[in-house]
This record gives sequence, C-alpha cells and structure tokens, in this order.
Amino acid sequence: MSAVPTPSAGDAGGVVDPAAALRFQNVSMVFPDGTKALDDVSFEVRRGEFVTIVGPSGCGKSTVLRIASGLLRGATGHYSLADSNIGYVFQDATLLPWRTVQKNVELFAELHGLDRSERDRRAAEAIELVGLKGFERSYPRRLSGGMRMRASLARSLVLNPKLFFFDEPFGALDEITREKLNEELLRLFVHENFAALFITHSIYEAVFLSTRVLVMSSRPGRLVAEFEVPFPYPRADDLRFDPHFAELSGKVSHALREAHS
Amino acid sequence: MTTTMGPGAELEIRDKLQKAAPAGRATMKERLGPIGVFVGFIGLWYLISAWAIEAVFKKPKFLVPPPHEVIQDSFFGTAKIRNEMFKGVLLSAEVAFLGLLIAIVIGMALAVLMSRARWIEKSLFPYAVALQAVPILAFVPLIGSFLGFNFTARVFVCIVISLFPIIANTLFGLLSAEAGQHDLFTLHGAGKLKRLLKLQLPAALPSIFTGFRISAGLSVIGAVVGDFFFRQGEAGIGRLIDVYRARNDNPQMYGAVILAALLGIVVFWLFGQLSRVAVGRWHEVTGQS
Repeated sequence: MSAVPTPSAGDAGGVVDPAAALRFQNVSMVFPDGTKALDDVSFEVRRGEFVTIVGPSGCGKSTVLRIASGLLRGATGHYSLADSNIGYVFQDATLLPWRTVQKNVELFAELHGLDRSERDRRAAEAIELVGLKGFERSYPRRLSGGMRMRASLARSLVLNPKLFFFDEPFGALDEITREKLNEELLRLFVHENFAALFITHSIYEAVFLSTRVLVMSSRPGRLVAEFEVPFPYPRADDLRFDPHFAELSGKVSHALREAHS
Repeated sequence: MTTTMGPGAELEIRDKLQKAAPAGRATMKERLGPIGVFVGFIGLWYLISAWAIEAVFKKPKFLVPPPHEVIQDSFFGTAKIRNEMFKGVLLSAEVAFLGLLIAIVIGMALAVLMSRARWIEKSLFPYAVALQAVPILAFVPLIGSFLGFNFTARVFVCIVISLFPIIANTLFGLLSAEAGQHDLFTLHGAGKLKRLLKLQLPAALPSIFTGFRISAGLSVIGAVVGDFFFRQGEAGIGRLIDVYRARNDNPQMYGAVILAALLGIVVFWLFGQLSRVAVGRWHEVTGQS
C-alpha cells in the first residue's frame, strides 16, 4: 500500500538518517504558562524497532508523541519523521459514537479521499487483523473497553503506516484484557513490521513489548536510562514468568524509582 | 494469520450486566401507573363538576362541564362547531410548524456561524440570550402593528419564541466534540468543512434534537397564545378558546383547550420519535415516548 501523506505532521528539520523512523535531538518544550515539560530529550526509533518510554504520570511522556506527530507546536531542538504517515493510538479509543465499527475504521481513509471499494477492502482487512470480525456493524456503545481499543487499533492500521505512536492505549483496561492486547499487539508488530513508540507507566508492559525501554524522569521530562530488551520475537505470554524478564523489570523499576526521587 | 481470541466473551459479560440492570422492560406497575393517574384525573374532574364547584368553590355549575359533555358538545355536536375547531387547530398547527421550520433554519445557521470563531460567538450570543429573556408575548401587539395581524405575523411570533433553544443547543452540540476526536482530524489534515460535516455536526445531533423538541413546544405556545391577539383573519385554536369563553360556551371552551393541549403533545412526541430515529442507534435518547 502506498503511503498517504499527512500534511500536519511536524518536522523541525534535522539530518535524515535512512535507518531512523523518528529522531529527537535536544528537544525541549516549555508551555506558554511556563511549565517545563521536556528538557533536552534525544533519542531515535529505528525502522522495525519497538521503543517504549516509561515514566511516572504527568512526566511529559505524552508530550513527546504530541510534538512528534505535529499536534503540539512550539518545541525547540530538532525532530524529524522519516515518513509523515503515522499511526496514532490514544489512551481513549476516541471512536466516533455515531459510526459503526466499520465506518470508524474507515475514517482516515475517508479523510484522505480514498474511494469506497478501497476503503472497504482496507477496513475489512484491519478489522480481521484485530479480531473484530463479526462486529463491523456494531456501534461503539455496544462494545467493551477492550473491543473499543481493538477498533481504535484497526482504525490506525488502515493507512498502513510504518511508524506507530501509542499513548498508554491499554491503561484503562483490566489486567487480563491488557495482557491479551499486549500479545496481539506484538503479533501485529511482527506481522506488519512497523516501528513503534509506546508510552506507558507499566514496567512489565514496557519490557514485554519492547526492543528498547527508555526511562523518563518527572517534570521536566528527561531521559535518564535506557535498557535493551534482548528477548527475541515472537514472544510467548509466559515470557512474563521468565527470571530474566523479572530481572530486567527490576532494573527498569530501580531506574524509575531513582528518577522519581 | 490466526488472530481469533475472545472479544465475544467480553460482549457476553456486558450483555449479562445489561440484563441484570433494572433499565430493561417496564414492569406491570410501571405500565399501569400512568393509566391509574389518568383515571384519577378524570375522577377528580367529575367530582369537581358534579359537586365541588358548587359545594366548595360556590360557583355556578355550568363553569366546569363534566368530561362526557365536553367531548359530546365539542367533537360530536354540530358540524359548525366541529369544522370550526378542526380548522382552528389545523391553522395553529400550520403556524407553529412553519415558524419552527424557519427558526430551525435561521437558528442552526447562526449557531454554525458562531461556532466558527470566538468573536462571532461573543458578538451574537448575548442578543440570542436577550431574545430568550424578553417576554416575547408582550411584544405581540407591537409585532402586529407593523406586520399586520395575519398569517405572517403569527408565524413571526413563533419564529422569535422558538429561536433561542435552537441556537443554544446547536452551538453547545457543535462545541461538544472531544479534544481527542479533534486531534484525529488534525492529524489527518482535515479542513474546516470536513471537520464540521464529519465531526461537529454528527456530534451535535443529540443536542440539536433536544433543541428541536424544546422549540417545538414553544412554537405551539407561540401559535396558541399569540392567537389571542390576532383578531383578524381566520381563527386559530387560541382565538376559539377566547371566543367560546366570551360566549359562555364552556363545554366547547374545554374542548378547544384539550385540542390545544393535544397539539402540543403530538408535536413533542413527533420530535421525540424523530430524534429516536436519527440518533437512537448510538445515543441514549432521554425523555420517553
């Protein structure tokens, strides 16, 4: 599928590294009210990489995504996206309640003017991928929280982006649903081969999903530690009970505590 | 790819929860309750008409005719009375609907305009509120003095009286789309028109229909009460009430009042149904049948 351009994505210049899907160089953000949200943040997400930022609530994690996607302007420093076609999954499913699952999933294709048959085809494919087949004609109010998140995920898949932003997408779900969706997300990650920048405050979620975990301190948000996660994909759900998994989670937790104090 | 896991299970639990909730079908008591109240009301009417009007209120008996006499004399009496009432209520309905329709067009257009820019809202909204605060019916004689006392003036009264709820509810609805939903449209470079048509207007629909329903009721009031002042041209149901009162034709007066009330109820019900059809599938429509 060809990439569909998103004119609103922000690009404050910088060197384009063909291997980097997203690059931040010395990015800082001060809000008009004087709150310093980000302080000198540098990192990159390479193609095919799953990077997670963990940090305490309100540390500015989400601000990183809002700046990178162009939703928030006024940051200083350099940041660049390799491709402006990005998927963005919010904490709330943000489905439009007057649209069926099918119509919600089609939304972005519709906004970009794809024709009807193409929209149908892509939406059907995405709905199948997230396991919502059979619920195409349901309205969001009839769906559980987990199913709404699936629909939201399907919606972001429709334009086939090669980079995804996830802003604590499973934060409001119960633990079992969250773990299931984590496993499914990884399957999509392996299958679709996209790059991802994931935000969460759950250490286990971060370690389970990622190739790399970045730890962010409280306001102003600063990256204070970085961990490579060596477990190969595909990852089985019992990885969570692996002693190496526990050890790495402990290290991340320790770094997070230090950042918080 | 083998992606089937159990979203069905999640739905099942949800269904069970909904069945356990008391919001389901009405019980026997809930269904018979309203009928009981109606029977009680008719009983009270008979009691007053047959006894209390003289014994308690010390008024002549003909002032409160019993229900069956009202029905008999108003709707099954002479053809002249029947025609008069039928035409009257039809005229009032026509006035109310036309006024409402024009108010909907003007009101929604103004609300869309106000939602475009904060300064436009700031400039216009205070006057819309003023329109609501002013006792419109006091202005009816004034309206008559330059628009005449015919059909046009009657419709005008209905427009003025029903305009505000449409403006306010439409505007509130247009501004009610969530920030996260707006972000989706921003991310995909949607312009103002796409945003209006695909996000703001659909999000506003429940609130727009609430406005329609309130305004529909007001428009009927405008048509009926405004009618008291319009002594030229054909008589609407409001003027008939006045005419029967002046003639001491009390059963007919009660009949005309009942017709006016029915007109209001029918209009309210109609817009309730309309909003159910338009948004009922995805939005909880409040204010029952």
